[in-house]
Amino acid sequence: MMDMIKKFKFPIIIAMVFIALAIWLPDTARRSSIVTMDYLKEMILIVPPVFVLMGLMEIWIPKDRIQKWLGSGSGIKGAAIAFALGTLPTGPLYVAFPMAGSLLRKGARISNIAIFLGSWAALKIPQLMVEIKFFGIAFASLRFLLTLAALSLMGMLMEFLLRLRPDRAWWENVDAAQQPSNEAEV
Amino acid sequence: MTTVITIYGLLALCLGASLAKSRKKTKQAFLIAGKAFLKTAPSLLTVLGIVGLTLGILTPETISRLIGSEAGFTATIIAAVIGAITLIPSLVAFPLAGSLLRSGATVMTISAFITTLVMVGVVTAPMEMKALGKRFTLLRNGLGFVAALVIAGIMGVLL
Repeated sequence: MMDMIKKFKFPIIIAMVFIALAIWLPDTARRSSIVTMDYLKEMILIVPPVFVLMGLMEIWIPKDRIQKWLGSGSGIKGAAIAFALGTLPTGPLYVAFPMAGSLLRKGARISNIAIFLGSWAALKIPQLMVEIKFFGIAFASLRFLLTLAALSLMGMLMEFLLRLRPDRAWWENVDAAQQPSNEAEV
Repeated sequence: MTTVITIYGLLALCLGASLAKSRKKTKQAFLIAGKAFLKTAPSLLTVLGIVGLTLGILTPETISRLIGSEAGFTATIIAAVIGAITLIPSLVAFPLAGSLLRSGATVMTISAFITTLVMVGVVTAPMEMKALGKRFTLLRNGLGFVAALVIAGIMGVLL
């Protein structure tokens, strides 16, 4: 029981905030609930298939393949693959987190994962079309180029810093979900 | 809608291939997916709640008031912070920002808003930490925020 409360600590706090809002600022509470329900609908639709895809990726894509495509020896080509994967039209950023985590554990470079997430978030092709429509081609293309440059620099800096002081807590937290089960060949 | 079609299409393709190759491994994949999902569920709920709270408080009108009326550097910083905190689909945010640009907000302010909006995700940080670790998340979002300000500065000078 205590365990469950600890696990759901933040959702419980947020639920209390909602209740407080409903008492003192009912309008804000109403707006917030509508937004939350909207996003809940979206997540119910999108999240399960994303996790199944991640599971399939864990099982079928061997470690050495990921290392070759996105790992430390992948160079410019690896960065290009990460960028290309990111710009594909595939939905909100939170969808990419489990994928990125699994790629990282399978040996992808940190800089490539940063580029993957960054281009997923900021350089999506459908999003760019909307941007051109509302801000013009000059604004959109300049932001695209600057963001691409920034992402490459950020990726390198993050890799340097995370190699200097690795996130041990994260690396050690390899529980059942991420256990490499590739060995169990059929 | 395209998102949903793309993801389910991809899933059907991969699942079909996986089932054709091995039922056992496909079952394993589902087990991994289920476990990972249960692990992420609390942060998923947290994200949902925070998204609702931020957008309930920061309505489009409030955002317009905050970014549109302030001038100069303060507006840019406020815009960057709002962009970093909120999670608004680009189909909603871009028209809003576009209209603010036309009604007098500076290019620097609007590009700061757009860039932090897409690059920095404070509300999705709990999920990001679960998947990629605390340090990675803090670095990506922190550096992303700084980068967004630099990008906004350059765009303000050039455009």
